[in-house]
Amino acid sequence: MNEPLVLGIETSCDETGVGIVRGHTLLADAVASSVEEHARFGGVVPEVASRAHLEAMVPTIERACTTAGIALRDVDAIAVTSGPGLAGALLVGVAAAKSLALGLGKPLYGVNHLASHVAVDQLEHGPLPEPCIAMLVSGGHSSLLRVADITTGVDPLGASIDDAAGEAFDKVARLLGLPFPGGPFIDRAAASGSSVYVDFPRGLTSRRDLERHRFDFSFSGLKTAVARWVEARERSGEPVPVNDVAASFQEAVCDVLTRKAIDAAVSEGIDDILIGGGVAANSRLRVLAEERAAARGIRVRVPRPGLCTDNGAMVAALGSEMVARGRTPSALDLPADSSQPITTVLV
Amino acid sequence: MLLAFDTASPQVTVALAEGDDVLAELRSEQSMKHGEQLAPLIEAVLAQAGAVRQDVTAIAVGVGPGPFTGLRVGLVTARTLGFVLEVPVYGVCSLDVLAVEAVAAGAVDQPFVVATDARRKEVYWAPYDESGARLDEPQVSRPSDVATAVPVVGEGAALYPESFPTSVGPQRPGAGWLAVAVADERVELLDPEPLYLRRPDAVMPGKPKRVS
Ligand SMILES: [Zn+2]
Repeated sequence: MNEPLVLGIETSCDETGVGIVRGHTLLADAVASSVEEHARFGGVVPEVASRAHLEAMVPTIERACTTAGIALRDVDAIAVTSGPGLAGALLVGVAAAKSLALGLGKPLYGVNHLASHVAVDQLEHGPLPEPCIAMLVSGGHSSLLRVADITTGVDPLGASIDDAAGEAFDKVARLLGLPFPGGPFIDRAAASGSSVYVDFPRGLTSRRDLERHRFDFSFSGLKTAVARWVEARERSGEPVPVNDVAASFQEAVCDVLTRKAIDAAVSEGIDDILIGGGVAANSRLRVLAEERAAARGIRVRVPRPGLCTDNGAMVAALGSEMVARGRTPSALDLPADSSQPITTVLV
Repeated sequence: MLLAFDTASPQVTVALAEGDDVLAELRSEQSMKHGEQLAPLIEAVLAQAGAVRQDVTAIAVGVGPGPFTGLRVGLVTARTLGFVLEVPVYGVCSLDVLAVEAVAAGAVDQPFVVATDARRKEVYWAPYDESGARLDEPQVSRPSDVATAVPVVGEGAALYPESFPTSVGPQRPGAGWLAVAVADERVELLDPEPLYLRRPDAVMPGKPKRVS
């Protein structure tokens, strides 16, 4: 039997993504980003993102079909991010997905954005190990999950209690005079800096914090510590060693993330960790996670950077899994839910 | 058959027409929630007319002005559906639809204004001649700045009677009239681009706040 051909749409933030997969095979991953329109505002402006999604939608669908070498009528199912994300932005993708489902007479699957970040890895590394520990880190989320079945059983173990990891990267980049989005610029600056130049705090790792927040994250204190350090330097009239501060900050983030992910795997007796989300593209995080996991006999899977950031292929990947496992499609009155919980994988 | 819909008011309205014969027309029962209601209403209108999606030969969509979130639902639906069904998509100013209905229903017999709710204590509005032809581009203004004694069609009149004492005709656009207006060439056909009339709210960031 031919594996299902699934088209996925992602519009939860500033990327208009349309991906096409057949089973676990990636055929197209078209992304139009409005990031440059947001850069001067230092963060994503929801109304600007929503307007850009409307303009990019049909051209991006068209581009994905051309790349995949398929006709739209051959598609077996449509998947779309129904949440979480920016309400107005999600709505554009959901309405487009409904139109495709309606116009093609094919089933629609409204799926969870975070679960899609996990499912995308099967396009690169094959079927997901089940169960596995998934760590999702991006500008909008930082969470540790126990995944038994990506189409139904995702249990949250912990999450950020304040800023998301990617948000901390953006804010620290701004403090250091680096552009938005901060992640890639910090990564680049850190490459030629010393990670032990400043010993920045590791949030929620003290013995007391671990009692209540063993698998939770906190990055707001770290961001403040960086700001204090930079301000002190500026006051003393000395130049700020941007590369060293970037490297030290990055080390603090990656240290906490990998420590907690491995602790979660060990405590759950699970041998596989999967890392996804935009921050998973960070080079230090990938290296540190593999080093530390290998020392504990744990395997780490991280999709290539292009699949870590928001895209339509990840949504198609999860949709494809929904079809393969015979899950019930969504109704045409599917809402966009900006705060869709991770436990709701399919609406 | 022409599939017509408008999402530029708090209501979603959908119709299917053959020429100027409206075969089926439905309005959302709930206010707002355009994203949830539009697709099921399209499906229902087709079913009610005994038609299938392949019968649709063109799509007409209200391009506003109206609240952005709902407006975009209508436009992305029209564009995507037009793309997948390979049929043309016509945009129509939503104020023009109200003007066509007001003239056809005999609610006006002199030059008039159409004004709808733009929220933030403003109205979207445009002036029309007695035949329902629009005389100027739609604008967004405070009601007191465009107060008039001529007849005013649309929700704006009902909301701001002190500025628009002569409220007449329909309050919100209907897709049946949108379809008829397109079929009878009573309105200008536009690209399916939203008439936002306002720039996005976005503030340039200052320097990072000091923490010490
Ligand atoms: Zn994401």
